Amino acid sequence: MMDLSAFLDQIWIARLAILKGLGITISISALSIIVGSLLGVLVGLSLVYGNRALRFVVRVYTDFIRGTPVLVLVLASYYVLSTIGIDLGPFQAGVFALAVFCSSHVGEIVRGGLQAIPKGQTEAAKAIGLTFNQTFAYVLWPQALRQILPAWVNTAAEMVKASTLLSVIGVAELLLRTQEIISRNFMSLQFYFLAGFLYFVINYGIEQFGKYVERKTAVPS
Amino acid sequence: MSKVLLEIQGLRKQYGIVEVLKGVDCTMREGEVISIIGSSGSGKTTMLRCINMLEDFQGGHIRLEGEEIGYEHSGSSRRRKSEKEIARQRALTGMAFQQFNLFPHMTAAQNVMLGLVKVKKMSHDEARVLAEKWLDRVGLSARADTYPGQLSGGQQQRVAIARAIAMAPRLMLFDEVTSALDPELVGEVLQVIKALAADGMSMLLVTHEMRFAYEVSSRVIFMNQGVICEEGDPKEMFAKPRTERLAEFLKTSSFN
Repeated sequence: MMDLSAFLDQIWIARLAILKGLGITISISALSIIVGSLLGVLVGLSLVYGNRALRFVVRVYTDFIRGTPVLVLVLASYYVLSTIGIDLGPFQAGVFALAVFCSSHVGEIVRGGLQAIPKGQTEAAKAIGLTFNQTFAYVLWPQALRQILPAWVNTAAEMVKASTLLSVIGVAELLLRTQEIISRNFMSLQFYFLAGFLYFVINYGIEQFGKYVERKTAVPS
Repeated sequence: MSKVLLEIQGLRKQYGIVEVLKGVDCTMREGEVISIIGSSGSGKTTMLRCINMLEDFQGGHIRLEGEEIGYEHSGSSRRRKSEKEIARQRALTGMAFQQFNLFPHMTAAQNVMLGLVKVKKMSHDEARVLAEKWLDRVGLSARADTYPGQLSGGQQQRVAIARAIAMAPRLMLFDEVTSALDPELVGEVLQVIKALAADGMSMLLVTHEMRFAYEVSSRVIFMNQGVICEEGDPKEMFAKPRTERLAEFLKTSSFN
């Protein structure tokens, strides 16, 4: 019982640090998911509709990024980019790395979603006289989005988890804040558990939101 | 005689080195219902798909009401028309597919309305009225707000036909529209096509339903190895085939 009240005491003392860390974690995740998804849609479109040269370049990009550990991307964008004159702070460098990572994954998901649509859909759209842009906007994209959603939610949750890697370059997100708190009060078990619980809550929220959207947009059959 | 609607001259099409169409010539008049028969690989579906440019072709001419389809010719050179122009020409013909190809994320009515609103630039309300009229014509007025996944194959195909017909095409193309259907659902779709024929719709049908071809067609075209092998009145053709190939084909097909 002593333990619990001591733990609650420590949480109260560290509340601002925890909240700040949580705030940073959420902003890192949200920014990298938004920027990464927008980029990822472009990547996916290039992979499906680009000409040979563009497809090749984008394919190399996604394969390279997907084959590299996220931690390496984070370290590289913080330490390597500055050597070529791009000086980013730890927060920007970290978000940049995560967004790039996210874009390669979303790109693949978008490509898969578009290519999974039967050819007959495009043909039927053409046959009633729709142009390519109209076909894409009204026939292909709405179907692809439904296909993409579950995998995209998964990627979003991955990004939240990957945001912890930014602690390595000194971004005071939730994990680094937690470590700082532990170094003061030595309650490692309790505070790591608390951090884990907070990550779980964020990801659980994302997942529930995804399921809600999936239900809302489901096509009756 | 009614005026010429479709003119195909020396149509040639190849995939790589395989020649699928080796010079097809065919003239179709307004109001005609022509069935194209032949064994698989004879090029009948490919020919149909060339007419609305779902397939590019390498030689020859297709003219719909005198308008050159798909390619610009100047002297001996030819150039594919712009995508926009081809989209406009495609709207002149309607097509129904073997696999229906309804848009699964739209209701039956929305499927019919899409082309009306986006291609014909009708208002939503006008399009809705027209969609309901055509869904009623194919016997599905009660299903206007149903999604394709909730319809039977036969119903889906009827919606697909309504979607094509609502665009008021000059010519309807049917590509083996009953081949993917359970036998007991074939009848309802053929019924719809028969009603369209009775209305005077010009139709070109690729079909394996010999009995149906016999009954509704004003003319039958028998294709074999990329050329038109024989054509004529269905009653004469089926009773007295002039070529060996057609006689053989009729023997192995379900018609007797």
